[in-house]
Amino acid sequence: MNVTVRPAGDRGALLELPDNAAAVRAAGLLREERPELVDVVVGHTTVLVTWGAEAPDLGAIAERALAGDAEPAGRSIEIPVTYDGLDLAEVARLTGLSQEEVVTRHTSAEHVAAFLGFQPGFAYLTGGDERLHVPRRDVPRTQVPGGTVAIAGPYSGVYPRDSPGGWRLLGSTTAVMFDPAGEPPALIAPGDRVRFVAA
Amino acid sequence: MTQIEVVRPGLLTTVQDRGRPGLAHLGVPPSGAADATAYDLGNRLVGNPPGAAALEATMAGPVLRFDVPTTIALTGATTAEVRTVEVLEVGRCVGGVRMYICVRGGIDVEPTLGSRSTDLLTGLGPRPLQTGDVLRIGVDTGPERAAHVGTVPTRVVPDEPVLRVRLGPRDEWFTAAAIDALCSERWSVSSSSNRVGIRLEGPSLERARHDELLSEGLVTGAIQVPASGQPILLMHDHPTTGGYPVIAIVRSDDLWLAGQLAPRQRVRFVIDG
Repeated sequence: MNVTVRPAGDRGALLELPDNAAAVRAAGLLREERPELVDVVVGHTTVLVTWGAEAPDLGAIAERALAGDAEPAGRSIEIPVTYDGLDLAEVARLTGLSQEEVVTRHTSAEHVAAFLGFQPGFAYLTGGDERLHVPRRDVPRTQVPGGTVAIAGPYSGVYPRDSPGGWRLLGSTTAVMFDPAGEPPALIAPGDRVRFVAA
Repeated sequence: MTQIEVVRPGLLTTVQDRGRPGLAHLGVPPSGAADATAYDLGNRLVGNPPGAAALEATMAGPVLRFDVPTTIALTGATTAEVRTVEVLEVGRCVGGVRMYICVRGGIDVEPTLGSRSTDLLTGLGPRPLQTGDVLRIGVDTGPERAAHVGTVPTRVVPDEPVLRVRLGPRDEWFTAAAIDALCSERWSVSSSSNRVGIRLEGPSLERARHDELLSEGLVTGAIQVPASGQPILLMHDHPTTGGYPVIAIVRSDDLWLAGQLAPRQRVRFVIDG
């Protein structure tokens, strides 16, 4: 296993790592040891870095990320959910489970935040129950309310604010996913472990 | 208090500064002036410190009423129609689509995450200008200047702009014919382009790989290719991660030119480095 560094324009590079945990570790090391970097963005199994003036040496740090602990030191976060989502019945039908069983499986899993994107504070949560892997809606909704808890493919997520969305809606939370004045502004960071709790 | 009243907002006028770089890991787009060269020049002309917020007008400019004589500069796209009797009336943009209205003292709206920029993707920052809005002008710290209006053409947008790109990070996901097409075609700028991305119309860029790419980080200037094969050049309000492969990325020196591309204009790409 090694790290591939791909070009990403004249002021960036994309590091390909074997898995998400290595990507989270590499991002942590890069942020600590290369403060001159502008952005350090974790993807599913990648880290995108950008710089202002001079290209930094990245390979050595990425290699060290491979030698690190198996699990990154993420925080544990609980998100209270009222399971009354518009698609709960549809998800039950698609999975062949009862609605109660859908909720039980969604609340039993320990999810891991793989990466952020789509909207500020929107974390793509992996590690959910495989029986709940359902496809996105064919036609996305034009408006999904902020605080909606949803699933699609291998992911769970919480819409931080009102936005269009094609995921299947399971319920809603009062947790604030993104607060520009917060420190840090995003509730969830890559590597965090997330449990949904029926409210 | 020194302020500006929005008599008419124009087609789309937003507040912009240098945006929110360094927050992509939170899912926060970079935002900021789409033609940073013109924006920086405007601030210099009015004696503002770098990074002071300005107005970015798109295609057709606003009508603004200033309550006191004020020093301003118009940069970026030019216009044949500027009137300054009682109000500043900026007409249709020519030679580009974005004009910067820099006001001495800067536009003093509340910053969000260190920037006053409007982000059209996520709604961060002030919403686009609307009729009746009142914008405060910031505190002037430099030496006194006479009130005047200057129109300064910056770099001229060529009739057939060429943007320099570096291939990757996912050029291997495309056929050799697709790479050739990217760099030989005269791409047409779609009218559905905006600050999130410039949609390009031309031949479909064919993939050599058909599996799904796992989502990864994106930069401004990235040319991503969705399933349709019609590329999208990501602009400053782009999402921070995405799952469409990026075939090439426009040089940062050429992003200002991308920010001035007009609907139906033709653009070419050339590999550089």
